[in-house]
Amino acid sequence: MDGSRNTAGRLGSVSSGNALELRGVTKMFGALAAISDVTMSVRPGERRAVLGSNGAGKTTLFNCVTGDFLPTSGTIRLFGEDVTAFPAYERIRRGLRRTYQISLLFGGLTVADNVYLACRGVSRGRFSLLRPRRGDVLTSRAAELIEAVHLTAARDSLVANLSYGQQRQLEIALALAGAPRFILFDEPAAGLSPTERQELVAILTGLPGHIGFIIIEHDMDVALRVAESVTMMHNGRIFKEGTPTEIENDPEVQELYLGDGSHAHA
Amino acid sequence: MAVTEQPRVEPGQWNLIERVHPAWWVLGFILLVMPLLANDFWLFQVFGWTFILGMIALSMMFLAGYGGMVSLIQMTVAALGGYMVAILGTSGVAEISQGLPWWVYVPAAILIAAAFGTLVGALAVRTEGIYTIMITLAIASAFFYFARQNYGLFNGYSGFNLVVPPMLFGVDWRGAVPFYYLTLGCAVLSYAAVVYVSRSPFGLALQGVRDNPRRMAALGYSVNAHRIAAYTFASAIAAVGGILLVWQNAQISPGTAGIPAVIDILVIAVVGGIKRPIGPFIGALIYVVLRTFSPDVLLAFGLSGERFKLLIGMGFLIVVFFSPDGVLGLWEKWQARKPRDPLKGGR
Repeated sequence: MDGSRNTAGRLGSVSSGNALELRGVTKMFGALAAISDVTMSVRPGERRAVLGSNGAGKTTLFNCVTGDFLPTSGTIRLFGEDVTAFPAYERIRRGLRRTYQISLLFGGLTVADNVYLACRGVSRGRFSLLRPRRGDVLTSRAAELIEAVHLTAARDSLVANLSYGQQRQLEIALALAGAPRFILFDEPAAGLSPTERQELVAILTGLPGHIGFIIIEHDMDVALRVAESVTMMHNGRIFKEGTPTEIENDPEVQELYLGDGSHAHA
Repeated sequence: MAVTEQPRVEPGQWNLIERVHPAWWVLGFILLVMPLLANDFWLFQVFGWTFILGMIALSMMFLAGYGGMVSLIQMTVAALGGYMVAILGTSGVAEISQGLPWWVYVPAAILIAAAFGTLVGALAVRTEGIYTIMITLAIASAFFYFARQNYGLFNGYSGFNLVVPPMLFGVDWRGAVPFYYLTLGCAVLSYAAVVYVSRSPFGLALQGVRDNPRRMAALGYSVNAHRIAAYTFASAIAAVGGILLVWQNAQISPGTAGIPAVIDILVIAVVGGIKRPIGPFIGALIYVVLRTFSPDVLLAFGLSGERFKLLIGMGFLIVVFFSPDGVLGLWEKWQARKPRDPLKGGR
C-alpha cells in the first residue's frame, strides 16, 4: 500500500475495503496540533459518531478529510484511493459529501436552485450554457431530494428566508445530491428544536444502507440513536472507540466527557 | 426567475408576452423606430457609442455582478479585438494589415481577444478584491505601453486608421442608420446572452462561486475553472464591443486601451449599476451624453470645455454616495418608497 500512489489507489479500492481510512493524520497550525496522529477506518455503509468536547479537533478532522485543509502529515484514503493531495472538488466527485457546522448555503438563490447546484456539481455539464429543459433529469432529482428532506413547500423560497431548521434540512439535501457514498455531518442538530431534531433523526436513519457517514454531534441523544459506532476525541487525538453502549458505559469517557455518570448531554 | 423554475404555460397563452414587463416592449419599440426620431449624429455618435461602451461595461458587469470579480482588463480585451480587426483585415497601414476576408478576421479577432482575456483571468482568479483590480490594471497598463512601443504588429503610437466595416449586402455599415442597427443588434444579443447565461447551470454556479467559493468546492465545482471560464465569456462580449468601436472610430491607437479608457468603463458600470445587465447600458448613456454635451454646457458658463471629466467625476461621486448600486439602485430605492397596494401587494 505504500508503493506508488496510483497503484495504491487502484489496489486500495479492492484490498482495503474501507470507505474512509486515515493513517497518522496530523494537522498543525503553527505550533498547535489541532489533530495529532489520527488513525481510523470506517467501513462502507457504517454510521459513526465522532464525539468530543469543543476544541477536540473534530471539525479539523472533517476539514482534512474533505480537502479544506491539507494535513501536515499522514494519508487519507477514500474507498481505497489515496486522496490526501486531492482538491476538495475531486474528493466530492468520488462520492464524499459534507454538511457544515454553520450553514454555508446560497441565500440569494431558491431552495430548488441550491439543490440543483448540488446535483449539477457532481454530474456532467457544470459549464453548460444551456438552461435545463422541462423534465430535465437533474431538476427531477433535485425535486426528489427536496421532498426527502421535507422542504417541498419551501421549494421556491429564497434560502435567506428559511427558518434555521429548514436551512439545516437543506444542508442535508445538498449532501445527498448526486450519488453520495460517504457523508460527513458536522453538528446537524445544532440549534434545532426538539421536533426538528426528531425529523433530523428520521432523515438520517432513513438514508439508504450503502451510504455511510460520520456525524459530529453534541446532542448525545441524536448521535447515539443514528450511529452504530463511536469515536471519542480529546485534545486532537482519538481517545476511545467502541459501540454506543460501550462508550456510554466507559468510566473514562463519563469522567472526561459525559460528566460523572450523569445524563447524556454534553 | 429561478433556473429550476418550471413556468406554467396555459393553453392559448403567448407566454413570452406575459413574462416580459411592458416597459421592455415599449423600450424595444422606441429603439427600433429611433431612426425615425433621431438625426444621424444621435444615431451614430450617441446611441452607437452608448451601445458599444455598454457592451464593454456589460462584460465587466458579468464578472463583477455574477462572479464577484472586478476586472479592469475588459477595455484592453476590447482594444485587442479592435487591433486584431485592423491587423488581420484592412486598414490604412497596408504593410501590417493582412487583408483577410471579414469572415476570417472577425471570428479570429474575437477568439484572440477571448483567449487573451482567458489568460488574464487565469492569473487574476488567484487573487481577490483589491488585488484582482490591481493585477488587471497592471496588465492593462502593460498592454497600453506594449502597443505604443511595438511598431511591428501594433504600429506603435500611430496605430491604425481607415479601419471600416466590410460592405455586406451592399450596405455601408458605417452609415448612421445601418451602424445604429448593427450596434443595437449586437448590444441586444450581448444583453440577452448575459441574461440567459446567468440562469444557466454555468451562470448559477458562477453566482454560487461569488457567494461561497468554499461551499461550491464542497459541491464538486472547480472554483478557479469557473472563474476563468467567466473571463472567457465576458471577454468575447468585450471583443465584439472593441470591434464595433474600431469601426465607429475608423481607427485604433494605444489610447483606446489607455488607463483613462479603462477607468471610464469602470465608471460606466458602477454608475449604471453593477448588479443587473441593464445597468452598464444606462451608465454608458449617461457617460456618452455627458461626454458629448458637457463641453457645450461648460463653455456656456465660461468654463473650459476640457473640464467635462469634472462633471463626469462629480456625477460618479453623487451616484456612488447615494447608491452603491448605481442609478438602478436609486430607482429601486425610489420604488421601495412608494406605498404598496394593500390588496394586490404591488406598487
